[in-house]
Formats: sequence, structure tokens, C-alpha cells
Amino acid sequence: MTGNEAIALGAYEGGVRVGTAYPGTPSTEILENLSRYPGVNCNWSSNEKTALETAIGASMEGARVLSAMKHVGVNVAADPLMTLSYTGVGGGLVLVSADDPGMHSSQNEQDNRHYARFAKIPLLEPSDSEEARDFVKYGLDLSERFDTPVILRTTTRISHSRSTLIPGEREEMEIPGFKKNPAKYVMLPGFARMRHPIVEQRLIDLQTEAEKNPLNRIEKGSGELGVVCSGIAYQYAKEALPEASFLKLGFSHPLPKKMVRQFASMVKEILVIEELDPFFEEQLLAMHLDVPVRGKDIFSLLGELGVEIIREKIYNIKPELIKIDGDIPARPPVMCPGCSHRGVFYTLRKLKLNVMGDIGCYTLGALKPLESIDSCICMGASVGTALGMARANPDSAEKTVAVIGDSTFLHSGITPLLDAVYNQAPITLMILDNGITAMTGHQEHPGTGTTLQGEAAPAVELETLCRSLGVKRVTAVDAFDLKEVRAVINTEIEVKEPSVIIARQPCIFLLTSFDEPLYIDEDLCNGCKACIALGCPALSFKDDKAIINSTICNACGLCEQLCRFDAIKYPVGEAGEDNE
Amino acid sequence: MNKTDILIAGVGGQGTILTGRVIAALAISEGLDVKTAETHGMAQRGGSVITHVRISEKVYSPLIPQGDGDILLSFEKLEALRWLPFLSPKGTVIVNTQELEPLPVLTGQVDYLTGILEEIGSKVKKLIAVDALSIEPVKANPRMVNTFLLGILAHIMPFDKGKWLTVMEQEIKAKLVEINKQSFEAGWQYVLSNSK
Repeated sequence: MTGNEAIALGAYEGGVRVGTAYPGTPSTEILENLSRYPGVNCNWSSNEKTALETAIGASMEGARVLSAMKHVGVNVAADPLMTLSYTGVGGGLVLVSADDPGMHSSQNEQDNRHYARFAKIPLLEPSDSEEARDFVKYGLDLSERFDTPVILRTTTRISHSRSTLIPGEREEMEIPGFKKNPAKYVMLPGFARMRHPIVEQRLIDLQTEAEKNPLNRIEKGSGELGVVCSGIAYQYAKEALPEASFLKLGFSHPLPKKMVRQFASMVKEILVIEELDPFFEEQLLAMHLDVPVRGKDIFSLLGELGVEIIREKIYNIKPELIKIDGDIPARPPVMCPGCSHRGVFYTLRKLKLNVMGDIGCYTLGALKPLESIDSCICMGASVGTALGMARANPDSAEKTVAVIGDSTFLHSGITPLLDAVYNQAPITLMILDNGITAMTGHQEHPGTGTTLQGEAAPAVELETLCRSLGVKRVTAVDAFDLKEVRAVINTEIEVKEPSVIIARQPCIFLLTSFDEPLYIDEDLCNGCKACIALGCPALSFKDDKAIINSTICNACGLCEQLCRFDAIKYPVGEAGEDNE
Repeated sequence: MNKTDILIAGVGGQGTILTGRVIAALAISEGLDVKTAETHGMAQRGGSVITHVRISEKVYSPLIPQGDGDILLSFEKLEALRWLPFLSPKGTVIVNTQELEPLPVLTGQVDYLTGILEEIGSKVKKLIAVDALSIEPVKANPRMVNTFLLGILAHIMPFDKGKWLTVMEQEIKAKLVEINKQSFEAGWQYVLSNSK
């Protein structure tokens, strides 16, 4: 089972009744799996803030609840999280933060262990799938016993690694119903002031709990080296340093300080092995232990650890690696053949516009050969940054567009668009609507007409939504019609008011049938390479002629529109033949 | 059995995750400890992907340390070369000789490398290179590359052939089981007919 599957299983076995999330790699599969268990009510939320708020409400009702998100998603949910620490919970509440050291699929590699300290709540860090399942169940119980939300922090190598475990039975939990308690749940300053000392006392009590908790353990080795670690780093270190003694932290905030001192008395030197930030190391250093503590002077603040890195740094053992002659061509991720975003980015590049980008498949528009995105910060930031540019320099709006996907727009693009309307900034926003949350693996959202659990849902209409925000100029275009896309962009960037262009075509993963692939008429192809500039994986170039790979071409027809020599043809009898 | 570290390399969408899952499920059913690590999300979209499968009495890290891999199963030629440093020089490479050109090659910035098989062959103990797409049923259905290579891999793993087929029935969607079993059989037969 993967760590994500195990977390879902742990939630199910632990009696969770409600699960909430916004998809984000590496967390996505947690809710997809949880939604398949009976008796668990799961929904995709528009963003992580609403996901956590929904979880809070379910918890107030007395239900056990799990909310899952990726590390940057916790930033979005941080506002309710900080106050949730004050209110505490009703039913047990576990917040999963799936971090991504190495940035396999993320815009930064922040270390979310800091959030547990920041919010003054417990942090659990499983080191494999079995622990992931067990820690969720433990976390639910801990949450109720100490009236606190609990963060379960995983990393990509926990989320997407498989290890063995034996499933158990579900613990059925009643939902007792909401009990009014304004002093606990209404965080007016007067009530909040009364809650703060409770939070501080809870942290002291939690530390006592961590001291005696089996999730933290000392593994006595024969060596004099003591390793302090948690999560996946434990597995790497255990394999690399089999002789060492270990303080394995599963319940890692608040730090069990007595246990740390006991461990320090058993070894001659402590080595903290942790990915990303010196989270434990700094706390250990502040304790002024009798033995030296080392960590980030040896290991990097960047990226993932590995067995070989630890072996090399500690034992100076370098493996005998096979050396490759020459440079291997990179294989960057690409937009799929037939992807509707490709033509839009091709056009934006041709128009030499400044493009404020966002988070999703279309972020790939920043890569060669399209190279047409100039910024990408976080979910929804395309709209806000375009607004900021217009504030700084109204004339810049004529050469700037913001692009955002449908799911990202619903996540956090609506409010900055509202700002643009309110302040009458002449920005042009392109919503690239492919009808799904594509990058994370095709999850539903409020625009798709289906819920996570497969039920029909009202589908928000983007045109109506934008108009209701006060955008007067809303134009929908066929994302595959390059002429129309270009014409509409040219019109809208010159308009002195906020405007929205919705470029629409379904993600190819939503299609159940495909048109016949296009082909090249070699006699007509003069080798100008205009079509190659699309960066379509189905198009290549050999012996001065373009070639279409018929096994992967999805017949979007973009290349046909670019060919000035009519060398790219639709198969006879197919639609598009008269596309003169 | 001795520890066996298997790397499964390919291009996003070729089925590395499913392949890893079949191998892992079989090893688990034999009472062995198994860990795997997979590539998901943006990193997978048509990009270079790798699945680690580690089998032993006790496995800690799900990632195979560089230079420690025993078998590299690659669904594409260039990807075999890219991930070769994870393999021990004593290791075995099983590669589908198909060329899937990465974008920098498609757009003419760089050339696809030549002499890949010769280079791999000179650096590892054993190389099995096969054009899976030329052999039925992969010829008719290119998505069967993964189970065809599994049929080849099965010869160097200590598990019975029948157990592979049983695990495939459990791990693969019902409507695709039969074609995948045929593909596995084709890989199995390929080794038999080429080892005489």
C-alpha cells in the first residue's frame, strides 16, 4: 500500500466520518481512496482553506475528520489553522500535510514541521505506510484527548512509496452533535484571551505525553554515534548506519526533551539527520546537551536525502557508479498531444506578451519551445500579479495577460478578479478551461458537474460567475481556433477595463473517442518547421520533412493551422478538411 | 532470497507504476519485505519516470541507493541510459529498444543519442535488448510493453511462472488481464527461443 492509501485506511479504521481536501501532489490520492470506503462522507473543496473549515465544522458536530493537502496548501489553510489551535476540536481532527522535498511537483520545498510549532499543536511523522495508517488512528485519539488539531506530516517518499501492512477493523463512532460553547468556539478577543493559556498548558501536557509515547523510541546500537531523525530520514539512516543508536521520533512536536537528554547520555555524539530545515537540530542545540550535536553542517538544506548521501557524508564511502559518456537529452514533462493549452501559449509567445502564469498543467507553458510564461508564484497569483502590474503602470496592461486554469480560478482566482473589478484595473485574464483539475490526475471541481463521490452536482458557469463579479467583457473562445484566440486577445488587451477570455476545450483525458490522426503530405512540406514550434510530442522532423507520430496524435488540428503550405492534412472524409 | 533492487524506467504514462505493483505484490505473497517508490504528478507528465522496487528479508529505504540496483527494466532506450548510474556494474539491464524522442530532440535542439545499447552493454554484466513493438501482442497494442518485459524479467526472478500470472489477475483491471497475460507469455517465450 502507498502511504496515501494507508492514510485513507487509517482514517477509515479510525472511524473518520468526513474527509475534505483540494487535490495537490503528493497528497491527492488520500481523499480519492478515503472516498471509496463506506460510511465516510468525502468532498473536494474549492481550496485548502475551505477544506479545513469544512473539517472544523464536521469536528464541531462531533465527527472524526481528516483534511488532506500538500505543503503549500497548508499556507492557504493557515488562517483557520492558527485559530483552530485555540478553539480545539469536537471530534478528532487530523490535518495531513504532504510535503515535497526535492520539488518533484511543487513550486517550493517548504518544511511544514514549522507549522506545528507555529500553531502550537502536535506533529506526527510516519516513516512508512504501516506507521502512516497507525499514526492517523493515534492522531485522532490524541486530538480528542488533548482537544487539539493534529498535523500528520508526510513527504513524497512516504506518500508515494509502498510498504506492507495488514488492514484492521473500523472503529464505528457516533456523531454526538454540536454542543454550543461560545467561550470555546467564538474567538472574539475576550474569549481568545482565555483560550491562549489553555493552548500553552496543552503544549506542556503534550510534551509529557510525547515523553512516554511509543511513537518515540530509542533503538540502542553498538556504536557511539546517536542519530536523531523522523519520517523517511529514519529509513535512509537506518540502512546507511546500521551500527548507530537511534532516537526515532514519530511524535515529533512538542519535542520529548527528557528522552533527548536520556539519549544524549547514551552516546558520544548526536547526528541529526533530517530533510530540509534544521527543525530538530536547532531545538537540540538550544538544550545545551553534554554531547556535540551536528546536522546541517554535514547535510544539505536542499532536497531529499538518500542512503548513499548519508554513507558518503559519514563513512566517506562513494559507490562505484557507472559513468555515462556524453550528455543525455533531458526529458522534461510536456503538455499532452492534443492539449488545448498549447495553441494559447503559442499565440501568447507570438504576440510577445508578458504572461502572468499560475499553478497547473499550463505552467508547462514556461518550458521550451513555448516559453511563454513570465511568472508563477502560487495558486491564483496570476490574477493578483497582473493587477499589481496595472496598478504600477496602467499602460503595461496592453502587453500583459494573466492565465489561469479552471480549477485554479475556482480555488483562488475569483477574489483577485473581484479586486480588479473593484479597482477597475484594465487587466486581461485568460481562463484556460479544460473542464477538470488536470495536473493532479483529473479530479472534479465545482465547474465539472460531478462530486468526488460520483454524484451529479450543479456546475458553475464561468461566464456567469465572471459577469456576476462585475466583469462586463467576458468572451468564450475555442482554444483550438488560433485565429480567433489571437483576435480576441488583441482586442481585449487594449480595452481599458477588466476583461476575461475563456479559452475552452476539454482535457484530452476527458475524451472517450479521438479523431483520426493528421498526416504530412511530404510533397507539400517544405521543411519550414513552423509546426515544430508548437512543442507537440506527436510532431518531429527528419530529413527536412515534418513527421506526425500517428500513434499519439489526437487530431487537435493546431499544426494544420500553422502550415502555410497545406502539407498537414486531415484524413480523407474527416471533419476539418474544409478548414481553408 | 538475496536482496533484489529493481529499477523500472520509462516515460510518463508507459506503466512503470503498475509494473512495480505486480512485482511487489508477488514478492509480498512470497513472504518477503518489499518497498517501492513511484513518480507522480507534474514530474510524470510525459517526462522521465522511475519506479524503485526493493525486495529483501527487511527493507528500510524505499529508494535504491545509487550504484546498488540489481536489475534495470526500461521501457525506452534513452531512459535505460539515463538511470544506469543507479545500477551496479554487476547488474542486468532489460530494455525495450523503442525510441521515444524527448521534446528537445523533437524540436531539433539536440539529437537522440546513438550507440546507446553498445554503451550499456559495455558497462553492465548482462544486457537483454528487445524490440518489443515488433512482437505480438505488443505490436498490436503498444501499451503491453510493460508486461512483455515482465515476462523476460520473470526468468531471472526466483518465482514460479504461474504465480506471476495469478498476481497479474489480482493487480490488473479485469478487462485487460487477458491481453496482459498474453503479453507476459510472449516475453517469457522470447527468452526461451533466444537462449537455445
